[in-house]
Amino acid sequence: MKEIAIVAFSQSDCLARAGAANEVELIMPQLRAVFDQVGLNNAQDVDFVCSGSCDYLQGAAFAFVAGVDALGAVPPIKESHVEMDAAWALYESILKIRMGQAESALIYGFAKASSGELPIVLSQQLDPYYLAPLWVDNVSLAAMQARQLLERGLASERAMAEVVVRARRHALANPHAQLSGDVSVEELLAAETFVAPLRESDCAPVADGAAAMIICTVEKARAWGVPYARITGIDHRIETHNLGMRDLTDSVSTRQAAEAAGMKRGPVQVAELYAPFSHQEIILCRALGLGDETVINPSGGVMAGNLMMASGLARMGEVFRRIASGEIGRGIAHATSGPCLQHNLVAVLESA
Amino acid sequence: MATLAAVVGIGQTHYKTRRGDVSIAGLVREAAVNALDDAGLGWDDIDAVIVGKAPDMFEGVIMPEIYLTDALGCNGKPMMRVHTAGSVGGSTALVAASHVQSGMFRRVLTVTFEKQSESNAMWALSTPQPFSVHLNAGAGGYFAPIIREYMRRSGAPYDVGIKVAVKDRLHGARNPLAHLQLPNITMKEVEESMMLWDPIRFLEACPSSDGACAMVIVAEDLATRSPKPPAWIRGGAMRSEPTMYAGREEVSPQAGRDCAADVYRQAGITNPRKDLDCAEIYVPFSWYEPMWLENLGFAAEGEGWKLTMSGATSLDEGGDIPWNCSGGVLSSNPIGASGMIRFAEAARQVRGDAGAHQVEGARLAMGHAYGGGAQFFAMWVVGADKP
Repeated sequence: MKEIAIVAFSQSDCLARAGAANEVELIMPQLRAVFDQVGLNNAQDVDFVCSGSCDYLQGAAFAFVAGVDALGAVPPIKESHVEMDAAWALYESILKIRMGQAESALIYGFAKASSGELPIVLSQQLDPYYLAPLWVDNVSLAAMQARQLLERGLASERAMAEVVVRARRHALANPHAQLSGDVSVEELLAAETFVAPLRESDCAPVADGAAAMIICTVEKARAWGVPYARITGIDHRIETHNLGMRDLTDSVSTRQAAEAAGMKRGPVQVAELYAPFSHQEIILCRALGLGDETVINPSGGVMAGNLMMASGLARMGEVFRRIASGEIGRGIAHATSGPCLQHNLVAVLESA
Repeated sequence: MATLAAVVGIGQTHYKTRRGDVSIAGLVREAAVNALDDAGLGWDDIDAVIVGKAPDMFEGVIMPEIYLTDALGCNGKPMMRVHTAGSVGGSTALVAASHVQSGMFRRVLTVTFEKQSESNAMWALSTPQPFSVHLNAGAGGYFAPIIREYMRRSGAPYDVGIKVAVKDRLHGARNPLAHLQLPNITMKEVEESMMLWDPIRFLEACPSSDGACAMVIVAEDLATRSPKPPAWIRGGAMRSEPTMYAGREEVSPQAGRDCAADVYRQAGITNPRKDLDCAEIYVPFSWYEPMWLENLGFAAEGEGWKLTMSGATSLDEGGDIPWNCSGGVLSSNPIGASGMIRFAEAARQVRGDAGAHQVEGARLAMGHAYGGGAQFFAMWVVGADKP
């Protein structure tokens, strides 16, 4: 099977509000950045393009159509789109390369989540007959999950706060972070709960922005002469939508994906996990069996800024950057979708 | 080289204005079970599920695949959701096929649907945007001026669209799953129907349907052992271009021409009218038949309407290149599934399994879908013979 390499990645600053900028304006600087990293002119220089976005965040049908305007798709290009985080656009692109229809691909994800009230918007992602009419928002569902974790003694509010403290400290070195700084557990725990047992600090800030990546065959990466990271494994799994049928304190699908992706075949120096709530990082680490030998979310993770529809791709990008710079040799990146970690993707990245 | 893949199971629902008897989950499951039964397979045999549909606003459910995982037997498996506007049914089939063609999966299930009765597509297509001019016209209002331009350039008589509207409904009357059942439709009836977006009359436009379509796609060795004849995937292609750009050819978009050239090259087709036995082409408004006949190379520029008027695309008139024998989008239009229905109906033809709308001896057929402002294209060619 063809080996795939990541050769370029860029993401925007995580902004609470991107102001008057439209989606094309959010995407274009990231495309320019990844083209420049490889020395390409535009999307005509790759064989395939795939994006991830969500119509409801824009409040209109066909959010991705505007995205095509950012590509310079004249003459026409081979292009596709998933209504998912762009991590799955990466997955589709890998299929395209492995089937021999492309040697390189541009992937991007974008959203302007500030256009709506995200928790309310995401409530309409639930079962339309039984759950959506109740307008149960994603923060409340996550709070329920956190409560189960606490009551079973699998986490403490202090441990959750520690996740946030570490994320914000890591984020000090992340120029795109929306939230960073040195805070203490005590400061965080002194705050009122937001949706109990979650405090506002336990919830990732929502950001407007975009991220882009270029992947290709390893042969092509060598021909381009740029540093790269190999994707040696990638897999994703979904679980039942019925929350009552899941053990919310575990993430079975993350474990399945990690096993299929071959995570355990080598050391995991870095894990970038898409955990939009502090307790979910604890769940993911337990599900993956990650210990002290692994640095969790050295970028600050999505606690430092959550680019809707692009954060999963950005996790891949963060691990790529550390491998391409020679900082580490092997790491994993994770993406999630759906309420309470319903759908999870794990990729294993390794040095050349 | 890609791993060889084939369609071994096809399942559809009845297409209707409103399927009030089932939920969205019930609708997609019906198509999926039909496809599995057709393939002689069960849920446990499936390695991954690929779902497609048009904008989420058509039902008012964000990323409905998240809720549909239980109905589609996905738990513990990979599931993907494709959305490429009206072409999504075709794109989804191609993404599903790529799961197998990449060598990463052996058997996949792909399902597309739309349950338009649960919302209002016209509204969903026309929500105002802060960053662009509000086009409160729906699809028909968008395409009508482009059709007028085709009429002006080609000098086609006014009744070409009427002829297509009748022909596809007569085809649809042979297909028990088709939404519109109009076996006695006449040119006069179409001509007298209300003008919606001049020159598109009511009966020259597609209906709004509930429905789902599913396929099982498997790797070469499994396909040869499948109980019913496989439809071998001989080529697949996608192309996109922006909605607007200086010099854009809207009547015959470059993306459509490029996509067709790509898929013909893969399938070894040099003369589509001669080499193909039939085609299922996305024609939501009648005039798009002559326009696509030219765009896809079945007729020279300006000549597509002559093919239509000669009966070449009609099963009832014994045409040499029947188009949309199932009744096409003009007879059934669950938008997110409409592209996949084209792909699946092409596969039914080469499997010899198309019932009363079978083209006798069909060996090679094309499926086609387009979307957005006629800017997204997905096509495949399937054959009875292994390449």
